[in-house]
Amino acid sequence: MNALLGIPRLVGRVVLATLAHLGRFSLMVLEMFRGLAEWRIWFPRTITEASNIGVGSLFIVLIISAFAGAVTAFQSGYQWQTALPVYVLGTLIVSTIVLELGPVLIGLVLAGRIGARYAAELGTMRVTEQIDALESLGRSPASHLIIPRVLAGFLVVPALTVIADVVAVLTGWWSVKQVLPVTDVDFAYGAQYYYRAFDGYYSVIKAFFFGGAITLISCYVGFNTKQGAEGVGRAATGAVVASSVVILMLNTLLAKILLN
Amino acid sequence: MIEIRGIRKAFGEQVVLDGVDFDVREGETVALMGPSGTGKSVLLKHINGLIRPDGGTVTVDGLEVQKLKRKELTELRTRIGYVFQNGALFDSMNVFENIRLGLSDEAQYEDLEFARERVAECLRLVNLSADTVRKYPAELSGGMRKRVGIARAIAGKPKYLLYDEPTSGLDPVNADIVDELVKHLDNELGVTSIMVTHDVRGAFRVANRLALLSGGRIVLQGSQEEFLQSTDPTVREFLERDFDNRPIAA
Repeated sequence: MNALLGIPRLVGRVVLATLAHLGRFSLMVLEMFRGLAEWRIWFPRTITEASNIGVGSLFIVLIISAFAGAVTAFQSGYQWQTALPVYVLGTLIVSTIVLELGPVLIGLVLAGRIGARYAAELGTMRVTEQIDALESLGRSPASHLIIPRVLAGFLVVPALTVIADVVAVLTGWWSVKQVLPVTDVDFAYGAQYYYRAFDGYYSVIKAFFFGGAITLISCYVGFNTKQGAEGVGRAATGAVVASSVVILMLNTLLAKILLN
Repeated sequence: MIEIRGIRKAFGEQVVLDGVDFDVREGETVALMGPSGTGKSVLLKHINGLIRPDGGTVTVDGLEVQKLKRKELTELRTRIGYVFQNGALFDSMNVFENIRLGLSDEAQYEDLEFARERVAECLRLVNLSADTVRKYPAELSGGMRKRVGIARAIAGKPKYLLYDEPTSGLDPVNADIVDELVKHLDNELGVTSIMVTHDVRGAFRVANRLALLSGGRIVLQGSQEEFLQSTDPTVREFLERDFDNRPIAA
């Protein structure tokens, strides 16, 4: 009998926990909208945050996008059939990078870098009572801590994705020339032949959503941290895992909505 | 005046406060004592609305804290300075920025010249040198952090000061310095204070009224004499433990 009751109990607990998370998350978003009026507080902090995570992430983004472009080129070269015109490689590499690899790969990398950082920062502030201190001073944690970080994510992740797309395409271009007899003219022709302006917008739109997801989730997780150093560690890893899963879900959802 | 009536608070299965009644009159310095883990800090956080009670009421200057709207609560908090146990200083800001955040009036906060003067004045009040302003919390000793925390709490000229274990983790010399500082500030600023502590000696030195929290309730609140004359076993056990295990004079 107990075993039979165990499953509904577990389901009930999961449903209640999910609803509690959704409720707290909605309250945090509501607080953010309220805090938007205090632009004198969040605006300068947003610039600082954007600069911190933008400059801080640039190196890893450049490295990853360069290698991603090169690998895409080599694998395309491996699968290439002589019956196909070589300019198709330009199409294949640019489309793969701009539509999928650029935004998703950079999104996942930044979920690790920015997500862990924000969750750990806010988690530490929570367990050391710094967030309580801010509230006790009559100041809004939303406008001081959350809005600047979330807006920085919305701004910086698309910008880094554009840089990553450009770098990956350039390294892909150079790399494919090392393994196949593709000329610059062939590659440029193929890249432009099937390219639609919307492809670039699609990449940026995806990055925009990923940036929001990473920062909103990591701020939420960090803000609700409990139980000292162990809690901060759990918050950091939890934020990365949750952000990564949401990025993959959003990627599927946006592909369905925007490409069909 | 602060009036606490029948406050109940539980975290999961653990009942921390179980019907606490507690009053603080204007101009008083009250020491809220009790062993570690009895909910003293939890009770203190109810006063400025950082924690909401499961039952009962907290009234500050006639305003029921849990019924206040967001803006009203923010306004009330500007009248209550809160000194956190470990200072709770903002790591990423230097001492100047930390204390400046305590300026509750936005115009004063934005006026850099005024902020500089007020921060210098607050540092003087807590006996810290003016060159501390450039330091970051990580560069301060435990005692200095507590004093910067106090400076931040008084920057906005609050009516009430709530101290959460201001001497915990300090050596006896620094603990005495902080106790003296609390007493001096209460006299100089004329604020109403509540000091949460498990240090009986410090409480007797600083407060003009005492309260003992144990088992989720206030066991006794009264003057030092009333505490010393109490025959309540919980009170006597708590006092004797801190007076070097020697039975105290009744």
